[in-house]
Amino acid sequence: MKETLTKIKTITTPLDRDTARTLRCGDEVLLTGEIYTARDAAHMRLMELSKNGERFPLPMEGAIIYYVGPTPEKPGTVIGSAGPTTSYRMDSTAPSLIAKGLMGMIGKGKRSAEVVEAMKAHGAVYLGAIGGAGALIARCIESSEVIAYEDLSAEAVRKLFVRDMPLTVIIDSLGNNLYDHGREDYLSFNKQQSEQR
Amino acid sequence: MRTIISDRIADAVSEMCIEANCVLPDDVRRCILSSRDAEVWPGARATLDRIVENFEIAERAVMPICQDTGVTCVFVTIGQDVHVVGDINEAINEGVRRGSKEGYLRASLVADPLCRKNTGDNTPAMIYYDIVPGDAFKLTVAPKGFGSENMSKVAMLKPSDGLDGVIDFVLHTVEEAGANPCPPIFVGVGLGGTFDKAALLAKKALMRSADDANPDPFYADLEASLLERINALGIGPQGFGGKTTALAVHVEVMPTHIAGLPVAVNLNCHVARHVSRDV
Repeated sequence: MKETLTKIKTITTPLDRDTARTLRCGDEVLLTGEIYTARDAAHMRLMELSKNGERFPLPMEGAIIYYVGPTPEKPGTVIGSAGPTTSYRMDSTAPSLIAKGLMGMIGKGKRSAEVVEAMKAHGAVYLGAIGGAGALIARCIESSEVIAYEDLSAEAVRKLFVRDMPLTVIIDSLGNNLYDHGREDYLSFNKQQSEQR
Repeated sequence: MRTIISDRIADAVSEMCIEANCVLPDDVRRCILSSRDAEVWPGARATLDRIVENFEIAERAVMPICQDTGVTCVFVTIGQDVHVVGDINEAINEGVRRGSKEGYLRASLVADPLCRKNTGDNTPAMIYYDIVPGDAFKLTVAPKGFGSENMSKVAMLKPSDGLDGVIDFVLHTVEEAGANPCPPIFVGVGLGGTFDKAALLAKKALMRSADDANPDPFYADLEASLLERINALGIGPQGFGGKTTALAVHVEVMPTHIAGLPVAVNLNCHVARHVSRDV
């Protein structure tokens, strides 16, 4: 138990390269700071801006983008349910954002080889939040403000302040991938167990 | 002959949309809890604990369990002797519209797959009708998330592919989906019919109570064997490794053509929402 506790790392935004480089796939981290939300429609608009050489509505250097489209907030609350959406749909855009300074992405599910290569080249990390745990994750969000594309409602770009948001490093800046390692570790453990039986 | 005023249908659908999104059904809870207790890999168990904590928070706070409040699938079983006064499709959509607003559900539908303008109120619902003898009127509301829907597949196998071909296709679909559909998942398999009927059977398979097996012992065995083989893949909760990749596999079958063996696999996440009610 003690071992598990000491393994948890705390990170803040803007995320610097040196900190990002210390993270390893499988690490549990607690994230505190400002992060930005963007999913399918917002990424398409960011690509348009990039093509036309226009400024992004969020500072990309050291930024962490959370792939989420929250439910509307009830009166008296900051945000609704806010779990991650599947990340691969943002794969075509992610490498160019990483090249512009994006240091972290929060989502769930697999990434393309191109995204992993861009992460390795620029020292970025891919963090996982628990898919389908939107009510639990909402508790870590202390403020939420739409900063761009309000017309996209759930898909608008929001600035969130999160405190101690529990995340797991899925792909680190060396390209190590928890989806491969976690599965291999479990299968070899399971094999050992059945051989003992 | 029984008469139902369409307003009653709208009221029922509206309430059911909110309940389905905020309160995980008992059958799904039982499945998650028993899988958590049987999970041997510590990290996987911790993830399942978080998933349990999440649906408990959602119920207490009356907030959606998952932010993807989905496309609203509405299954209507309607007796031949029922006369609905008013527009039944409009009543169902009115229910979805009202439920989405009152339940603070996310607007997740676009009016056109290419132009992609959000409809703003989660309409239209995906409505499926079954006409049966008698005067029953039963509604099932099942909000369906798209992380898992996107990982679903249909294959037109050859008759000679047989049982092994079906098993391989199901395992391949789950393995390729990996972490994307938010495991632990429910796996709905539709066998037979036509291209479209197989897909519908797969979706209906997901509507079955999570802990009920197929009444035909042959297919009950196939479900158990598929579940065991899926859980031997090691994908685990959220794809981080572990035993619990799937919570249940349900297979539904129907007759098909001499030339074909259609098979559809519809995946659902652990937030497997479905509420039924007689009106």
